[in-house]
Amino acid sequence: MSLISLRGVDVRIGGRTVLQGIDMDVARGEIVTIVGPNGSGKSTLLRVLVGALKPHAGRVRRAGGLRIGYVPQSLHIDATLPITVARFLGLPNRVGRDALAAALAQAGLPDLGTRQMADLSGGQFQRVLLARAILDKPDLLLLDEATQGLDQRGSASFYQQIEEVRRDIGCGILMVSHELHVVMSASDRVICLNGHICCEGHPEVVASAPEYRALFGTGTKGALALYRHEHDHGHDCSHAHDHGGTL
Amino acid sequence: MILDAFLIRAALAGVGVAVAAAPMGCFVVWRRMAYFGDATAHAAILGVALALALSWSVFFGALVVALLMAVAVSGLGNRGLAMDTLLGVLAHSALAFGLVAASFLTGARLDLMAYLFGDILAVGWGDVAVIWGGALAVLALIGWRWSPLLLSTLNGDLAQAAGIDPRREQLVLTLSLALVVAVAIKVVGVLLIGALLVIPAATARPFARTPEGMAILATAIGAFAALAGLAAAFRFDTPTGPTIVCVAAGCFALATVVNALGRAVGGGSET
Repeated sequence: MSLISLRGVDVRIGGRTVLQGIDMDVARGEIVTIVGPNGSGKSTLLRVLVGALKPHAGRVRRAGGLRIGYVPQSLHIDATLPITVARFLGLPNRVGRDALAAALAQAGLPDLGTRQMADLSGGQFQRVLLARAILDKPDLLLLDEATQGLDQRGSASFYQQIEEVRRDIGCGILMVSHELHVVMSASDRVICLNGHICCEGHPEVVASAPEYRALFGTGTKGALALYRHEHDHGHDCSHAHDHGGTL
Repeated sequence: MILDAFLIRAALAGVGVAVAAAPMGCFVVWRRMAYFGDATAHAAILGVALALALSWSVFFGALVVALLMAVAVSGLGNRGLAMDTLLGVLAHSALAFGLVAASFLTGARLDLMAYLFGDILAVGWGDVAVIWGGALAVLALIGWRWSPLLLSTLNGDLAQAAGIDPRREQLVLTLSLALVVAVAIKVVGVLLIGALLVIPAATARPFARTPEGMAILATAIGAFAALAGLAAAFRFDTPTGPTIVCVAAGCFALATVVNALGRAVGGGSET
């Protein structure tokens, strides 16, 4: 049974059609990744799933009582707003000290509760966002380029953490990413988006689809080569610095 | 003693406005709405003219027009117009229209200066009751929606994911702001309301570690500025509203210096 399903969803923003005819489902326990060039509507799609945008046409169906954890693309906290990690995690509902420490640990952080959000490093900040998203034991975790601004090692370990979160909580995970090489190895299913769904399926199937190649051009080779490389040899580190050509 | 009675009323009115303005002011600062507060406040002079022309209460007229202005601005802002330009147009137009409208009223009925800069020494017990009624309404509104408001302020989509509609929270803030403006007119006047919103919050910022701490500290600073400003105005025979704002500005300058010294000495873990 799917946690959330879209049928024929169209979204227009300022008279421009951003998404058209989107059909998709996310089931419990699977990791689905959305890839696509800039302006392809990835973030818009996530905002529809969160409920921040109402589709112009089509249906969004959520499983009853669906709890969503959301990690936004970027979160700017105004310098005039003092807030500790504990207070941030306790919005909108205050949480106990133990639940707080547990969520931080699950996101791979020590107990930073008393630190100011503004004093965190980029990696810590993203992990606090992750901790906040999983605090409520969500059924569905949405991540919008959650590793933006992290270096290769940082983002690799972030994705590892997400795998663990899925194991622990058993939630469905939908993420948007530009990092094709990581995505290809970490996902159960890839959706290639460019205003509409170009192709979708198992990462390797998508990577060899002509629609995908048309979108990502030469980058495909790097991502696919790396993907195969990892699986052929069982490496799990990714040193190659290939973000997919034009991306 | 008559002297005591009017000073007590003035003190109560000043503290009431500070109590309403300071927590609201924190949101104004966090959401970078300072201009928005000004526009809403300036529009209120049009409400004053309207109220006097139609024999409404000034509080009511100011509240209605401030609310209309605030709703109009948030509505237009959501359509992606450049916000600072839009506010610049609306704020000053509203003020100009208000002043022109006021000129149609005969001078006996309208002492314009009292509404531009406030006339705290002239408040009656009825005004004090209206001010505290409005202030408590603002506190209740903001206190009730505190966490959802904070989360919407941090990030609208995060709020949405938690089942909170950020547009509704925006409306709560808009309503509170209009209330603060209507309540503050008699005390500091439309031109200086913005100062009472922003200065106490900005003064409290370096010493706060949580949003709640900042709101409480800002309220204390605002109340102090109101009382000290009132005392100074009485002593030096200066206009009361501007004197209150001067005291608040002095607090801000002092806080900035203390904070800078603290950082220089201690290396400063606070940001």
